[in-house]
Amino acid sequence: MICFLAAIVRTGVTLRVGLLRPSQFNFLAIGLGFIFQTAFLSVRGHELGRCPLTNLFEVFIFLAWSVALIYMLVGPGYRLSLMGAFTAPLVFLLQGFALVALSDARHPFKVPANPSLEFHASISLVAYGAFALAGIAGLMYLVQEHQLKTHRLRSIFYHLPPLANLFTAITRLLWVGFGLYTAGIVSGFFTGRPLPRLQVVAAIGVWLLYAAILQGQRLRRIAPRQIAALCIVGFSVALSLLWGITFSAQTHPMP
Amino acid sequence: MNLFCVGLSHHIANVETRERFAGGDRAASVLRAAGCAEALVLATCNRVEVYGASQRRIPTDVIAQCLARTTNVSRDSRETDEEELPPFYRYEDEKCVQHLFRVACGLDSMVVGETEILGQAKKAYETARASGAVGPWLHRLFQRAFRVAKQVRTHTDITRGSVSVGSVAVDLAQKIFGDLTGCKVLLLGAGETSERTARALVSRGVRDLRVSNRSGHRACELAGQIRGQAIPFDDWKEQCREIDILITSTSSQAPLLTPANLAPVLASRIDRPLFIIDIAVPRDVDPAVNNMGGVYLYDIDSLQSVAQQSLVMRRQQIASAEAIIAEHVADFREKIARELKRASHAMVADGSLRPSEL
Repeated sequence: MICFLAAIVRTGVTLRVGLLRPSQFNFLAIGLGFIFQTAFLSVRGHELGRCPLTNLFEVFIFLAWSVALIYMLVGPGYRLSLMGAFTAPLVFLLQGFALVALSDARHPFKVPANPSLEFHASISLVAYGAFALAGIAGLMYLVQEHQLKTHRLRSIFYHLPPLANLFTAITRLLWVGFGLYTAGIVSGFFTGRPLPRLQVVAAIGVWLLYAAILQGQRLRRIAPRQIAALCIVGFSVALSLLWGITFSAQTHPMP
Repeated sequence: MNLFCVGLSHHIANVETRERFAGGDRAASVLRAAGCAEALVLATCNRVEVYGASQRRIPTDVIAQCLARTTNVSRDSRETDEEELPPFYRYEDEKCVQHLFRVACGLDSMVVGETEILGQAKKAYETARASGAVGPWLHRLFQRAFRVAKQVRTHTDITRGSVSVGSVAVDLAQKIFGDLTGCKVLLLGAGETSERTARALVSRGVRDLRVSNRSGHRACELAGQIRGQAIPFDDWKEQCREIDILITSTSSQAPLLTPANLAPVLASRIDRPLFIIDIAVPRDVDPAVNNMGGVYLYDIDSLQSVAQQSLVMRRQQIASAEAIIAEHVADFREKIARELKRASHAMVADGSLRPSEL
């Protein structure tokens, strides 16, 4: 968390002096944070003898790890280095929530390893990471668009990517996330155990939401600005549902 | 060794005065004849400055007369009256270093943060180096100045944003579309400013230019000049379905483009933004068009306002740039002091200098 906090503080300071610009600092800070996250998940995984997704705490840490992972893959590739300034606060919030919510409750019994179920859960959370980054790119799009519309260009305007590039990144992230999420849902039906109905309905609801956004984009029925806004709304909805489902599963564990 | 800078700039002298001392190819050699170990003349439209290194102090008047002697004006008049010399400024040692760094970074320019001065300084340095007028002192000084300028450009926003209407329009287009090579541009009206803007867009990669004007002859003429395509004036609305950038500058007294007549066009291009640059006065485009989704409308006032904002932003960066410069000045001073000490000790060692003279 210190790494992500460092990235946030630096962004805040540079914003204050009007010098927000792409730099290696955010990338390195998030990269270091990602290494610590990976180490933590690895230790926890060895301890549990399975993928560490057994409670709300682990799910949110894994989600934060997925967001950092997708950022590491996408940020430099799309020259969206300023994305780190937007990504660090989200990762910090996710991890902060996981810590503050005191949700690291151990199962009353050892959960046996189930590779299919673990694949389903982990791939779905990596998809959430892609949706989170699409939301962040959407936020960047809206910030840039607002400046262009109001004719008030701040220092950040010159460092944010062009609208066209941001929209391309949003679209690709949505497709990546959608593909992974579809794989996650499909694999959920092959876990060898029944999934809670609430979880299935929520997962299909999120899937339909993103399918509608992508279809609207593909058929040119939704304007880029609205797609950017929908990416933020979509991720907020998906995150709320994830919290609800995980919390419910934790308070009413399946035998 | 005495490092100095003597000069005139737009801050203290008008162009008539500056051009009298604009120097010439022989300025550096004349200065060397006057006792400068090293000399470099930086002459641009906004400044005439001599940077030199000498063992003894050379009076400002002598340097000014050296500059004047090499200009055509003074050669024609065959004399330069000392009383007529304008008030040259003079910076020595640390102040000289600081001044050059500020000049190279564009902090002393008429338009703060302009980058042309760095190229001019490099050219002046190359010219002086080629003629043998630059020695180790000016070499170190100018190399450091180029480094400082690069660092200031990288670490501050001093050069960010455009300060002219044409380049602001091009910058905005790039922030909307990214790569401009695939953009289609329509010039509605063939005014001078729209032509300049179109040329600026061409320089950034635009290839598809269309020109529409009430006078078909003028449209064809301009289209020929900018390698575009002339479009009949009656067809311009239909073109709006295809184009990405519209530059209007007609003399129409009523708005040509309103939300009502643009709405059907936008319906067919919901996923593509439309950037409208309205340079006409009175305006060709109803300001309410800017409220439509995917449309970015800039009139002449908003372009000028953006240019003004850029200037303000650049001025806000001056403190950060000055801090970088101050660090380099201190570092440069220390290095020079160390080298002078080393050289003195070497001279003591070989007997050419007594320890008491250190």
